[in-house]
Amino acid sequence: MSKNSNTYWKTNLKYLAILLGIWFTVSFLFGIILAEYLNQFMIGGFPLGFWFAQQGSIYAFVILIFIYVYLMNKLDKKYDVDEI
Amino acid sequence: MSAQTWTYLLVGLTFLVYIIIAIVARAGTTKEFYVAGGGVNPIANGMATAADWMSAASFLSMSGLIAFMGFSGGQYLMGWTGGYVLLALLLAPYLRKFGKFTVPDFIGERYYSKNARLVALICALFVSFTYVVGQMKGVGVAFARFLNVPFDTGVYIGIGIVFFYAVLGGMKGITYTQVAQFCVLIFAFTVPAIFISLQMTGNPIPQIGLGSKGTDGVYLLEKLNLLSKDLGFDAYTSIDRGNLVNMFFITGALMFGTAGLPHVIVRFFTVPRVKDARISAGWALLFIAILYTTAPAVAVFARTNIINTLSNKSYAEVPQWFTNWENTGLLSFEDKNNDGKIQYVADAQLNELTIDQDIIVLANPEIASLPAWVIGLVVAGGLAAALSTAAGLLLVISTSISHDLLKNYLRPDISEKGELLAARVAIAVAVAAAGLAGLNPPGFVAQVVALAFGLAASSFFPAIILGIFDKRMNREGAMSGMIIGIVFTASYIIYFKPQLGGAGLPENFWWGISPEGIGTLGMILNFVIALVVSRLTSPPPIEVVELTERIRTPRGAENNTSPTH
Repeated sequence: MSKNSNTYWKTNLKYLAILLGIWFTVSFLFGIILAEYLNQFMIGGFPLGFWFAQQGSIYAFVILIFIYVYLMNKLDKKYDVDEI
Repeated sequence: MSAQTWTYLLVGLTFLVYIIIAIVARAGTTKEFYVAGGGVNPIANGMATAADWMSAASFLSMSGLIAFMGFSGGQYLMGWTGGYVLLALLLAPYLRKFGKFTVPDFIGERYYSKNARLVALICALFVSFTYVVGQMKGVGVAFARFLNVPFDTGVYIGIGIVFFYAVLGGMKGITYTQVAQFCVLIFAFTVPAIFISLQMTGNPIPQIGLGSKGTDGVYLLEKLNLLSKDLGFDAYTSIDRGNLVNMFFITGALMFGTAGLPHVIVRFFTVPRVKDARISAGWALLFIAILYTTAPAVAVFARTNIINTLSNKSYAEVPQWFTNWENTGLLSFEDKNNDGKIQYVADAQLNELTIDQDIIVLANPEIASLPAWVIGLVVAGGLAAALSTAAGLLLVISTSISHDLLKNYLRPDISEKGELLAARVAIAVAVAAAGLAGLNPPGFVAQVVALAFGLAASSFFPAIILGIFDKRMNREGAMSGMIIGIVFTASYIIYFKPQLGGAGLPENFWWGISPEGIGTLGMILNFVIALVVSRLTSPPPIEVVELTERIRTPRGAENNTSPTH
């Protein structure tokens, strides 16, 4: 059980690292640090860096949470720690 | 019907709904009062969280702020949404499993210390109170401007309404009222945006309209960039290179601060299961994102409209709304070169038009000549935003006093009935105090709201995260981290805010970081100190290590609640 809950926690941490990596990339990286570089590309009428800073990062945040919920619900079931 | 009549009608109608909900959903136990019985549906909780979160500032001021900042305005958009990812992934599920009522509850038990609880309690009170005073002021301003009552009367009406449903209903009443308020405010924000997007781009979805071509076949953003440059401003979408470090830190401070604000965290104690806490954060952010992705569109529409309608136009022929807003003093024209025309340019010497950013959302329907009922709707929406946030904050204040201070610190033997009464008295006193402070806000209140995020980021956020993710974290580490983080952040803010009496000048900012962004650095400092100190002192007791292990898995959360279930 202890070994089991150890792998459960490690998998959780792996998910967190990946999802938070994306969280950092779309906002701090694409929306701020690399925004000037990205602004030379356009999607529709949006310069790309501007789009990430004011639209894209927010959409990504919402999607990230729902992916996390999906992954964790599956993980809870797999390790038999889910709620009734 | 005139805009005035519509406003009375819509505001009256929405208030009636809030009061009816408050009567139906009154609280009977402390558990209902603190966490709405812990049985709130996750989608409803998502809406309530969204209404709790989006204040008068989000609804009324943010679009205007962005309209005048351009690209850098993204710091508010990302900062006030990105924190929910941290909440959902790092805090909400574990705190729900922990299963008590408040943030000081967690800090006190995880760090096995009454003093830690007290420090957390004082921080929670300070953050919530400064925040709520601003909301009360917002209510007063909105009433004063649109219902033609004096500012004071506006604040009294606001106090009356919040008093009624917060004292009666506690968290239960507040939660269901907030669901209604969310619907009102999101409808009120998006309807004008949809109308204007259709007018300007032919596309009804503002988020897409923003990236579309205008009626003249030129992309809207491209046109605004050209208009701005013609008048001497920077291109709207261009990046202010010198400000990027500061933007990075402000975005961070707002995100980490959001994830550490007690009135947001407490919402995740109200759902039945850990699973629900996770998904509830997702719903909350989805609902918040509707407003936050519409706001930058509103900003661009308004800025373009203002330039098109006013720039180089004869003052004698300005539209009616211009005169209306001139009367409030929030819009002013000074004909410096006496040519009778409005010169709106970047050069302060030549510029003749001053626009307060707060009028952008309120004046937008008039600027775009939308029907009168839309104007009434916007007022009802602004009031819903201010009232819902105020109620959520007041609840945190009353819970802190009756639960954390009275029940867990001063008089542990108090009865359930006594505690519920104390909670009601505390919220009543808090409503009155916040209202009175809102009537006569000390000059520094607005400035202190900026403090709230920095303080939450540099104190609560690391303490909670480490309490969950680091089993070895002990009382000594967490407390020294919190205290040094907060003291550092507060000192920097006070030193560099002239409104707070500080002597610091912007050219001396560390790495160009303004007081709004320093919370990010304070947070890093907190983490480092907590980790170092905890490794040099004795490990936490075995029960606490077990508690930390227990909150890491969801099973058992439904039983892990107070005895009054």
